Amino acid sequence: MIYREAGQFKSSYAGDQAIFPVVQDRVFVAAAVATAFVVPPLLASEYWLQAVLIPFLVYALAALGLNLLTGYAGQLSLGTGGFMAVGAYSAFKLATAFPGLNIIVVFLLAGVVAAAVGILFGLPSLRIKGFYLAVATLAAQFFLLWLFNKVAWFTNYASSGTITAPDRTLFGALITGPNSTPAARYLTALGLVAVFALAAKNLVRGRIGRSWMAIRDRDIAAEIIGVRPLRTKLLAFAISSYYCGVAGAGLVFLYLGSAETLAFDIGISFLVLFMVIIGGLGSILGSFLGAAFIVLVPIVLSNAPHAIGLRMPVALQKQFELMVFGGLIILFLIVEPRGLARLWQITKEKLRLWPFPH
Amino acid sequence: MLDALHAVLVAPFRDMAGSPAFLVEVLIGGLFAGLMYSLVALGFVLIFKASGVFNFAQGVMVLFAALTLVGLLERGAPVLLALGLTTAVMVALAFAIERLVLRPLVNQEHIILFMATIGLNFFLEGFGEMLWGANVKKLDIGIPDRSFIVRGVQINELELTAAVTAAVLVAVLALFFQRTRIGRALRAVADDHEAALSLGIPLKTIWVVVWSVAGVVAIVAGLMWGAKSGVQFSLSLIALKALPVLILGGFESVPGAIVGGLIIGIGEKLGEVYWGPLVGGAIENWFAYVLALAFLLVRPQGLFGERIIERV
Amino acid sequence: MKGSAAAPPLLEVDRVSVRFGALIAVNQVSLSVARGEIVAIIGPNGAGKTTLLNAVSGFYRPYEGTIAFEGRDRTRLAPPDVAALGIARTFQNVALFKGMSVLDNIMTGRLLKMRGNFLLEALYWGPARRQELEHRAFVERIIDFLEIQAIRKTPAGRLPYGLQKRVELARALAAEPKLLLLDEPMAGMNVEEKEDMCRFILDVNQEFDTTIALIEHDMGVVMDVSDRVVVLDYGRKIADGPPASVRKDAAVLDAYLGVAHDA
Repeated sequence: MIYREAGQFKSSYAGDQAIFPVVQDRVFVAAAVATAFVVPPLLASEYWLQAVLIPFLVYALAALGLNLLTGYAGQLSLGTGGFMAVGAYSAFKLATAFPGLNIIVVFLLAGVVAAAVGILFGLPSLRIKGFYLAVATLAAQFFLLWLFNKVAWFTNYASSGTITAPDRTLFGALITGPNSTPAARYLTALGLVAVFALAAKNLVRGRIGRSWMAIRDRDIAAEIIGVRPLRTKLLAFAISSYYCGVAGAGLVFLYLGSAETLAFDIGISFLVLFMVIIGGLGSILGSFLGAAFIVLVPIVLSNAPHAIGLRMPVALQKQFELMVFGGLIILFLIVEPRGLARLWQITKEKLRLWPFPH
Repeated sequence: MLDALHAVLVAPFRDMAGSPAFLVEVLIGGLFAGLMYSLVALGFVLIFKASGVFNFAQGVMVLFAALTLVGLLERGAPVLLALGLTTAVMVALAFAIERLVLRPLVNQEHIILFMATIGLNFFLEGFGEMLWGANVKKLDIGIPDRSFIVRGVQINELELTAAVTAAVLVAVLALFFQRTRIGRALRAVADDHEAALSLGIPLKTIWVVVWSVAGVVAIVAGLMWGAKSGVQFSLSLIALKALPVLILGGFESVPGAIVGGLIIGIGEKLGEVYWGPLVGGAIENWFAYVLALAFLLVRPQGLFGERIIERV
Repeated sequence: MKGSAAAPPLLEVDRVSVRFGALIAVNQVSLSVARGEIVAIIGPNGAGKTTLLNAVSGFYRPYEGTIAFEGRDRTRLAPPDVAALGIARTFQNVALFKGMSVLDNIMTGRLLKMRGNFLLEALYWGPARRQELEHRAFVERIIDFLEIQAIRKTPAGRLPYGLQKRVELARALAAEPKLLLLDEPMAGMNVEEKEDMCRFILDVNQEFDTTIALIEHDMGVVMDVSDRVVVLDYGRKIADGPPASVRKDAAVLDAYLGVAHDA
């Protein structure tokens, strides 16, 4: 009843190509974004901002990056953590070396460094395909982390081996560093993610997205119709690493406050890959859904026993979490391998018909 | 600049030549490590050959097997009984995995199956920890961890046993695949599930058999690793170490897993001992991968893999 | 003027051989295609027809012989470069991009004509947006031409076989090719679909002046559509001429043994 496209005819290709051609979608998304900017800073508790919303945004950005590379361009990557680390350490070095530099510019530049590294480790993709390529990204993951561990210059010779986000302001408000408020950090993250998500959507619905998907679906036929594989794949690595780099910077500057290389180890690479798979490969919305899922599940799992009156020792809780996590992943893959985004699509199609059965 | 070149290209080889007995020790150490890698890679190859699935959970299966074994031994079970029970447990695990994970996913793409095995990995990690506790355990199988000297070279008795066991196991498996009827059936299944089914090859049985054998391999690997360095959770990360081995040897080749393991093991040891100090050590974190990567660039199908001729 | 002797051939394949290990799939085949012609390549299965087309596309490298396009040697070019010259093709086992819609699939045919600036595209602003809409308009004309408007948003993987073949043709046409290589464009189609396809192929040749080389098994189609027929058998060329004479050629009849049509 409410979700009908009847009467909405497009009279131009521009209208047909819009991101949200259905008016109800447009209204819904606009409202959602506006709410996201206004409500949480005013109403949400510090816990919710710090433990749920900010990490959700940071991980969503990383998931977006990985989805572009693995979901759209079909290049499996297990090196997400490494690229995030490059972004984080670059941001740290830039912010401490140029204190006057606007922090957003620092993030954007850190992304560039990550993109360059991404291109380097993406070079083997011309010769190596599919699963074997994942090895190249693993090499990146392990090598980069070893590098940041060994070379003290990256941490400004800190004895603790951690990097800490310094205080930086934007429009007069402290948005990073020990003295910043969660609300300020949340708004910064939200702004960044909104812009990056829009850019990603624009990229994938245009020329670049099509060349990526062509390589993903049939790389040989793609080559024969004129897609240049190396250029296309390297662009995917570059842009994906850019996103992951900024996400890495966000992880340290907006979420954790300080971090050591452990925060970027192989575990986070797998975590982001789960987000992308559960959310939906090849879907922008899916990256967000997957990130939300992965951020919320541990929280639900650690709070659920309390809610139903069970008391569990901490170690057992952690083991339980692991088991449920693994089990959920398998369940998800069995039930809907195309992820939450597909489930959402099915829901919308049912909504279109509602209240009619077919 | 010249100094750096000298340090990388000349000095390590001079060191090698300088004390040959030490070099032999390093090589033997690499050989043993390599055989261990081969053992683990073998588990992967078996499963991949028969079901086309890269079983990321192989590492945690090794861990699980070792944990079960240790747990039983600690409770006073005699060695043979413990081994028998552990084998039964691994077979039961194989049944469960086939029923709950493989069968529902039978037609999906490989990446989906791969992700499912990662999920399995997490599950078994939590499960294993829940059953047997998270402490490092010492595994005593009656072979002392001492060394003896042969012609000026130090050899560790435990490592020697492990190497011999691994070699025997590998030979048995190779024969199994090449000579027996089941082995042939397994190869058919690996090639084409549907075709094999249409020939009346019982897919489910095959898979249970294969995963059980992989489980047994996991037990042996777990035994050896556990005896050498204790049973702990880093064992589950072996899966990641097996990848470079599989890259080198090809994912479907039993001899490839052996040769690949040896190359990686020896290469890694040599790299760590002779070149490691130049860059501050701990290069074994990534050296294997870079080695595999370099190999892939030259020969994308691995040492023993087949050149795939693509058709359009 | 079609096939006039004075004009140089658009495509000149000169004693090309393609080998896979010990198997010689294409054995010293020479053929030329004049501008504006429709040439049919026929032969029993395994004769090397698709391999020959793949060699022209740059996918296989011939180990002897040369391939010249518009008078210049193009033997060693990589596939994207061959496409950039103006050679487009369809594939024997429909090679559509299953994850994309029909419209997007056809738009990939325009990739060679699109100039890129990824920053502008990320903003979807100005020249990037204009370019996208221009190419969309062009592709829509092809969609009209091939009468596939109703399915433009359908994911390509969900289409029936006959429609997939038509979409593949659309994708090839989107590149505005000088030479169109069609590999069994009517395989698996019923009579009506074949008639439609024939009509489209003839229209493409006449309206857009596109030179066409097609591999086809249906003799009726071959006789109706082509100006010239080339016959391959076991990798060698055994006949080359107008349809009427090839049909009566003894070597051709031998090769096909009992499959000769009375069209």
